[in-house]
Amino acid sequence: MRAAAPPEFSGQVERWGPFLSAIVVLALWELLSRTGAISPMFFPPPSSIAVVLWRMLLAGDLLVDLGITIARVIAGFILGAGLAVLLGLVMGTSPRLGAQLDPWVAALHPTPKIAVLPLILVIFGIGEASKIMLAALGSFFPMLINTVAGVRQIPSIYFEVADSYGAGRLQMFRRVVVPGSLPLVMAGARISANVALMLTIAAELVAAQRGLGQVIWFAWQTLRIEEVYAGLFITSLLGITFAFVLERFTRWVMPWRLEARNGAR
Amino acid sequence: MKIECQQLSKVYEGANGPLSSLEDITFSTADREFIGIVGPSGCGKTTLLKLIAGLQEPTSGRVIMTGAPAGDRPRSAMVFQDHGLFPWMTVLDNVAFGLQMHGVERQERRDRAREFVDRVGLSHFADSYPGQLSVGMGQRVGIIRAFVTDPPLLLMDEPFGALDSQTRLVLQEELLRIWGEYPKVVIFVTHDIDEAIRLSDRILVMTGRPGRILEEVPIPLERPRTLTRRKPAEVGEIKWHIWGLLEEQVRESLWVAD
Repeated sequence: MRAAAPPEFSGQVERWGPFLSAIVVLALWELLSRTGAISPMFFPPPSSIAVVLWRMLLAGDLLVDLGITIARVIAGFILGAGLAVLLGLVMGTSPRLGAQLDPWVAALHPTPKIAVLPLILVIFGIGEASKIMLAALGSFFPMLINTVAGVRQIPSIYFEVADSYGAGRLQMFRRVVVPGSLPLVMAGARISANVALMLTIAAELVAAQRGLGQVIWFAWQTLRIEEVYAGLFITSLLGITFAFVLERFTRWVMPWRLEARNGAR
Repeated sequence: MKIECQQLSKVYEGANGPLSSLEDITFSTADREFIGIVGPSGCGKTTLLKLIAGLQEPTSGRVIMTGAPAGDRPRSAMVFQDHGLFPWMTVLDNVAFGLQMHGVERQERRDRAREFVDRVGLSHFADSYPGQLSVGMGQRVGIIRAFVTDPPLLLMDEPFGALDSQTRLVLQEELLRIWGEYPKVVIFVTHDIDEAIRLSDRILVMTGRPGRILEEVPIPLERPRTLTRRKPAEVGEIKWHIWGLLEEQVRESLWVAD
């Protein structure tokens, strides 16, 4: 950091710096593309991408595709990550079950989930279910691994304290296991949401009628390069939005984290 | 209430065979007595507290409590070395935790918890989280969390071990003050001989592993005790006497691998 800069100035830089650098990069891109220094075939100028994006939005189809993708990601995420949290809490608290299931997780987790798509298409057909199941499968493992780790890293002192005050199994679960594992559970949720989006788009690229993945794929097949970029832009915006919402949610469910950071020690 | 420990022993199954942690611990307390326990590291002091609290089962021997109050009051509460406050609960919820576990209704437990929070001057921090507190404030909360359930027996496991010496003095005095208002049997484990003398009616000096009681040392200091009150000359002698007992134990325990 610039030690010499006055505090207001460095604050301004932190706030506007990212926008500034984005504008510089876009302007450079525009310039290079317009002058032909880079091929507008592959890198059309941002302004023409923006025009195409605007037209797509006005036509309304893009919003429908966006809505379809969002619905698939959320359904897959809730299904996969939800089941994973439940199973993870049980695996984390029960050493016996944990020992039984750990090898399965270790074996199945590294499999690239997109490779399972053909099998999922066979089992669940080419309808909505297959996309949702793939996203659920992808969401499941990061969430499961984080939840199990989250429970196991809870310092034993908290169990002893709760035990010494006569906490029963249910109270122990609600007041110690769940909040104690929450930091890693929420970190898992962020990874899972990202994987769910990635797999949904991937499935849409090859096996869907609608959705952002299909928008991008169709644009490529018809060689409308601006539309490819427009689809990519909306997709990355969606990813950022998911991350932002989860970040807000994390702060809301773990107020102590934030307070501890800003606390007057 | 009185507590009687009869020939308590605890043997752990270690990786290299059985490991005797405590051996033949026998002592009893008078009503409202403050017992200090000093001994070298690893002599099973914490284990002893856990046996008395019923958190662990002794290998042999037993703990008898007579005159325990009826009703929903817990028989004992424990104060831990690093306060053990739940980071995800506010100060008030932490203090009310014991009450909640004993089924006290929400409004009542919050009222009772707040009363204690006010009493130790932490009113402004009632809705803070433990991460915002200093170590000394945290241990204050840890202590009132135990007092608020008003158990007849309080078990304290080196509660001031992590504090600087000045904070430690303040909290010792505060503990004595609250204890004066809510008298109960206290069993207080510490490394600090001065602290044990300042607080206790009687000190149990323990040997290194396996922990046995080497000697019981009564402390003939009047109550209420304050820091400023002059101590009679014999206190100095008691200190050196206890150190004399401990020194050899400590030296030996340095050579015993954990």
